Amino acid sequence: MTAPLLEVTDLVKEFPVRGNGIIPRNIGTVQAVSGVSFTLHPGETLGLVGESGCGKSTTGRAILQLHKPTSGSVKFEGRELTSMSNKQLRPLRKDIQIVFQDPYASLNPKWQVNDIIAEPLRIHGVEGGVQRRVNELMELVGLNSEHRNRYPHEFSGGQRQRIGIARALALNPRFLVLDEPVSALDVSVQAGVVNLLEELQERLGLAYLFVAHDLSVVRHISDRVAVMYLGKIIEMGEREAIYNRPMHPYTQALLSAVPMPDPKQERQRQRIVLTGDVPSPVNPPSGCRFRTRCWKAQDICATEEPKLERRGAPDGTLSACHFAEERSVV
Amino acid sequence: MTTVSELSEDFLPSNTTAPLLSVKDLSVTFPTDDGDVRAVRNVSFDLNPGDVLGIVGESGSGKSVSSMAIMGLLPKNAIIEGSIRYRGEELNGRTYKQMQPFRSKHISMIFQDPMTSLNPVYTVGWQLAETYRAHHNVSKKAAWAKAVEALELVGIPQPDRRAAQYPHEFSGGMRQRVVIAMAIINDPSVIIADEPTTALDVTVQAQILDTMLRLQSETDAAIVMITHDLGVVAGMVNRVQVMYGGTVVESGPVDDVFERPRMPYTVGLLGSVPNPATLGKRLTPIKGAPPSLVNLPTGCSFSPRCPLVIDVCHEWEPELEEAGAANHTTRCHRWEHLATIDRPQKLFLHDEIGTVENPAVFAAANPDESLEVTTVHGSLVSDEESK
Repeated sequence: MTAPLLEVTDLVKEFPVRGNGIIPRNIGTVQAVSGVSFTLHPGETLGLVGESGCGKSTTGRAILQLHKPTSGSVKFEGRELTSMSNKQLRPLRKDIQIVFQDPYASLNPKWQVNDIIAEPLRIHGVEGGVQRRVNELMELVGLNSEHRNRYPHEFSGGQRQRIGIARALALNPRFLVLDEPVSALDVSVQAGVVNLLEELQERLGLAYLFVAHDLSVVRHISDRVAVMYLGKIIEMGEREAIYNRPMHPYTQALLSAVPMPDPKQERQRQRIVLTGDVPSPVNPPSGCRFRTRCWKAQDICATEEPKLERRGAPDGTLSACHFAEERSVV
Repeated sequence: MTTVSELSEDFLPSNTTAPLLSVKDLSVTFPTDDGDVRAVRNVSFDLNPGDVLGIVGESGSGKSVSSMAIMGLLPKNAIIEGSIRYRGEELNGRTYKQMQPFRSKHISMIFQDPMTSLNPVYTVGWQLAETYRAHHNVSKKAAWAKAVEALELVGIPQPDRRAAQYPHEFSGGMRQRVVIAMAIINDPSVIIADEPTTALDVTVQAQILDTMLRLQSETDAAIVMITHDLGVVAGMVNRVQVMYGGTVVESGPVDDVFERPRMPYTVGLLGSVPNPATLGKRLTPIKGAPPSLVNLPTGCSFSPRCPLVIDVCHEWEPELEEAGAANHTTRCHRWEHLATIDRPQKLFLHDEIGTVENPAVFAAANPDESLEVTTVHGSLVSDEESK
């Protein structure tokens, strides 16, 4: 096993909630990410899934130090990122890039595509061959480099997302955080971007942290998958183990809720329909955070927080549940 | 109020044999400075009590505009042609006011975004009661009781307390339940649901779809389910219509259409959704982008993206014709050819990555050659990290 490219340990990110008095006081904290740990190896894709508000995007941004983590450690090739100043981080940003969700909001509408893709090169002081490089990047992501003088509004959603990917690739990163890169796109266009990401990974040996709520896409692209609920990873493992033999009740409910494009299969499926909503991250439940919606919850769940550990077969997943049990739901 | 009851009493019994809702050759055009936007062209369908019809398509395929046309909610500048008959009664051509007796009472709608379809300054109960009182001459108190009952029906706990709350006090899923309660409070015969779960998380989506199916079986209302999610369609509907470029390109029983698609667009759409069978393989997306509705391609609107395209496809657009099975129709010159192809998804296979032959392209931008490329497969190894 090679050394991990990225090592995240006990990552915590909290946001203060301010009152609206004359002097705003802190009246609480949103516990967006509460102790997330995982590793990522070169060339690997880790899918980070969960519902809205579970902290998956915040995790991605805290790794990039776009949000300074409250505590915990993020090591990229053994170097600690959390204690670095912005200046110290800058050379490292060449290696770590991000693709954002909304291709309409993440490109400057007043800039030509040429300038958008060249911006990272300029920031990092690359001087010679910028134009040639931009052309190559555009061709690489399947865009016609003759269109480099156009503005973002002249491109469709899928093409804009390709521009965002080209920009992220400009500095030869080794690790990309993909924050919901296909959720704003139509199905037929989405598949093209997914294929592009896979082809780029094979070709360039990139490591991806693929943050998404679409479980089918995550299953398609990931090597390993981590499921988040209210700021914590509640189950993590190899893709097939997660999808075929999930241990945690939440993962089971989540997977059973995903509609499959197959009418016969859909009619036979048993859905686990959860009741209620996700509790507020300002005031999460004690013990296991899923217990308020869990059909297996007992007294111990409220008092003792289950650790993320291997609870079943040696090739199974790591799960954080006192009553973890394999169950096939897909 | 009296006109409402008169109207419904008038035509309801006389036309019991006509389909509940019959849409024929519906076309919607918006004149703009850039030319006419042909949002919907020749859409037809019949709906009977208890039917669940799915309309699938990508953004801009005309699925929402057709439903707005049925509800009479389009702006005045829209040119609506064709006929929309509710129990034999023509709805097209009615003014906004003349449509009022039908809305909610006979045909109601569930909108996509529960955040914007409720009024933030009135309590949920008030809004539900108002909807009820628009069609029933009852006291405010009776209407409030009805509102509480509707909230209970859609599975909102403590409905009497919740009715007095404002929309912002509800979560997204709960708000969508309120919107559904509003859609069913007048016991309509047709419910049009326009992407009812798109804004929701999957576990909440499952709850909402569950609720809709339960209500459907209890009230025997017909549902038109408009969505882009093929999974939702597969689990919910009996019949499906696939829309592309403003028109229906394939229509039929859901099993038939999913198992034996007879239109290349449907094939491409199904191949774009990751599923267990595509693991370890490339997805088969459709090349290119949907057409502009201002400037539709001549002939079949899918022809520029179609892998089976032949000359005739560029010349004229075919009619919907029966494709091998009862009630399964397609708008394609090549469906017979398509039917002979085993695993037609593979027609769409293509490389996404551009043709950059030289794998060293990634070194090119670095004049100081601080990066070097090791293999074609790609791990880029830096000899010494610039510090």
